[in-house]
Amino acid sequence: MDFTYDSEQNDLREAVASLLARAYSDSENRRKVTTTDPGFDEKVWAQLADMGLLGLPFAEEHGGMGAGPVEVAIVAEEIGRVLAPEPFVEAVVLAGGLIDAVGTDAQKGELLEAIAGGTSLPTFAHAEIGARWTPTASAVTATETGGSWTLSGVKEPVPHGARADVLVVSAALPGGGTGLFVVQGDATGLTRTGYRNHDGTRSANVRFDGTPATQLGTGGDQTQAIERAQAVARIAYAHESVGAMDTALRTTVEYLKTRKQFGVTLNKFQALNFRAADMYVSLELARSIALWASVVQLSDGDVVTAADRARLTTSRTGRHIGKDAIQLHGGIGVTAEYKVGHYTSRLTAIDHLLGDGDFAADRLAAKVGSYPTVDPIGAPYA
Amino acid sequence: MQLQLSPEMQAFREEMRTFFTTQVPKEIRDKGAARHHPTKEDFVTTQRILNAAGLAVPHWPVEYGGRDWTPLQRHIWREEMQLAHVPEPLAFNTSMIGPVLAQFGNQEQKDRFLAKTANLDIWWCQGFSEPDAGSDLAGLRTVAVQDGDEWVVNGQKTWTTMGQHADWIFCLARTDPTAEKKQRGISMLVFPMDTPGVTLRPIELLDGGFEVNEVFFEDVRVPSENLIGEVNKGWDQAKFLLGNERVGIARVGGTKGMLALAKELARETTYNGRPLLEDPRYASRIAEIENELVALELTALRVVANSADGKPHPASSVLKLKGSVLQQEVTELIVDIAGPLSVASFAEEGSDVPDWARVSAPEYLNYRKVSIYGGSNEVQRVIISGTILGL
Repeated sequence: MDFTYDSEQNDLREAVASLLARAYSDSENRRKVTTTDPGFDEKVWAQLADMGLLGLPFAEEHGGMGAGPVEVAIVAEEIGRVLAPEPFVEAVVLAGGLIDAVGTDAQKGELLEAIAGGTSLPTFAHAEIGARWTPTASAVTATETGGSWTLSGVKEPVPHGARADVLVVSAALPGGGTGLFVVQGDATGLTRTGYRNHDGTRSANVRFDGTPATQLGTGGDQTQAIERAQAVARIAYAHESVGAMDTALRTTVEYLKTRKQFGVTLNKFQALNFRAADMYVSLELARSIALWASVVQLSDGDVVTAADRARLTTSRTGRHIGKDAIQLHGGIGVTAEYKVGHYTSRLTAIDHLLGDGDFAADRLAAKVGSYPTVDPIGAPYA
Repeated sequence: MQLQLSPEMQAFREEMRTFFTTQVPKEIRDKGAARHHPTKEDFVTTQRILNAAGLAVPHWPVEYGGRDWTPLQRHIWREEMQLAHVPEPLAFNTSMIGPVLAQFGNQEQKDRFLAKTANLDIWWCQGFSEPDAGSDLAGLRTVAVQDGDEWVVNGQKTWTTMGQHADWIFCLARTDPTAEKKQRGISMLVFPMDTPGVTLRPIELLDGGFEVNEVFFEDVRVPSENLIGEVNKGWDQAKFLLGNERVGIARVGGTKGMLALAKELARETTYNGRPLLEDPRYASRIAEIENELVALELTALRVVANSADGKPHPASSVLKLKGSVLQQEVTELIVDIAGPLSVASFAEEGSDVPDWARVSAPEYLNYRKVSIYGGSNEVQRVIISGTILGL
């Protein structure tokens, strides 16, 4: 058992942190970038590609770096630390991860290389209005005519759905089950309406009307692959949350040390310091379980349950830290002009993208009677 | 990074598990599993078995019975012991006065006490807290005045856990009332509990048990050689001792065992025509506690890995704080599972209420202590906000 980062991993963290700090250490810059489409900085996206980060988890033969889940976790945490709006988890980990897991060799060769090089930005068009975090699709249906497929129906909200040039789309199959399809951004019968989310990122309404599509991989029901890819993305989001929580707490502590009221700095008030102490407790618990979930993935353990555990803890702790960071700042925390509230906004968005704490708790509760105790370094995790 | 224990550590864990579940008498472990307090004899029997196998004081210096284990080995040792419901080696001996003697005692004191302390031939109790010195320990008022070759001790201690079983007490007393800082005039004395002038009054707790005591000192004469360390430097020993007290205080193994019990009890308890364990509210409550326990255990493993220099990691306050809260939540869960049966605490023969339900409320009430002792959770928040966050 070893939960320490090696020197290469520390170097990676330093390199990513330094690149992102150049872009976003000034939170005004992030604010500016997120007010105009596409909601992130294309130049920063290209720099991430130059560093190899957009191909980080993919095999070298597909233009990737062949790195593992811990390296992905490091990048996600640094993204969260400065609230970089570039869709690393959405495009690389989730959409790219699905292509990597399900795609044919030819699809991987073509699509992953373009993602890694920064020339293609994919998204996973999966959410449907009325559905809550299921691994299945129903509102978009797939139809096969003479060996070619078309899709019809609506997906929303689709992360960066208007900007993405490749859509990995889940759709109900004629014979039952959920299939995965690739739709090009310029396909006929595709209508995309993008908008801004509260956290500055973008989503879209994506309408398919007899839109031509290609099967991802060899076809058939892909529910398990979707479940697993979402689990891996939940783990990456756990790290993005930890990075965001870390800055939210750090910013709050700085504020308590400098802001004066009643003639003294706020850290003279024990009621406030105690709340900061509780935020620290939450952060450390979240950090532990997020890192563990990545190491479970590395060990090829039960990644779906590990992701639910990480999701539950980071949901509860993210809400705790996000809300108290604003409260301890007072009115300024609610403004868009000061950075701390943006962290709460992003934590809230992450919390609802792939399942909230209650969702994860329900799934864990359903199994809680089937084993006496949890051994996090034993089966089924190790 | 790696999740699995190394083959050596897996073998070590297996060795510990086998030892605790085969070498410690079953009737003692069953008592722990049924949530009953071990008796004095249970503690003595167990500690002597452990000591004979070199498992009572692994964290002591090697020359006094220590094993030079890594922090991970110590963690595994403690967790397996708790999971097997083995009464742990008496903390007053092995975690408190033993390490203090090994660190601050002179050779004569080490020779005189350490072997007997490890083997529980001497049962120690702690004379720290006083009626007006709880979290503010340095405010203690018990005094020791030098008279020839002796110290004369007067004052009162309280919360002295299992003092009624104790042979000796280690005690903080004020030896320089004129010291500028109240921490500077304190010394540590040790003496037998049957010394003339020592009287003990057991305090009944909410659970009906007698776990703690008041101890009164009236002109108790203690030989000078029974002063540990230097005169007026006792606060150093106290801080050292309290730092050690927090190690292992997360009690993950013990809480895991209680939660496993809670699941069994919820399975056997019927509510609305189905096992309580299948009630969504209960299943979810158990899942939330269990997940927090996973996060706590992983934090403990991280802290263990980063405390190789022997000093407690600053984040050990997190372990104390969260560990105590989770222990309390599980005892609360069990009293809720018992529901209406939980009131029958002291039922005897002739009652149909099962034993676990009888002990559930007393245990829940008793466990309010865990967020108070070992530095109250509010003291831990002071440490976190001050030492870690710099507030």
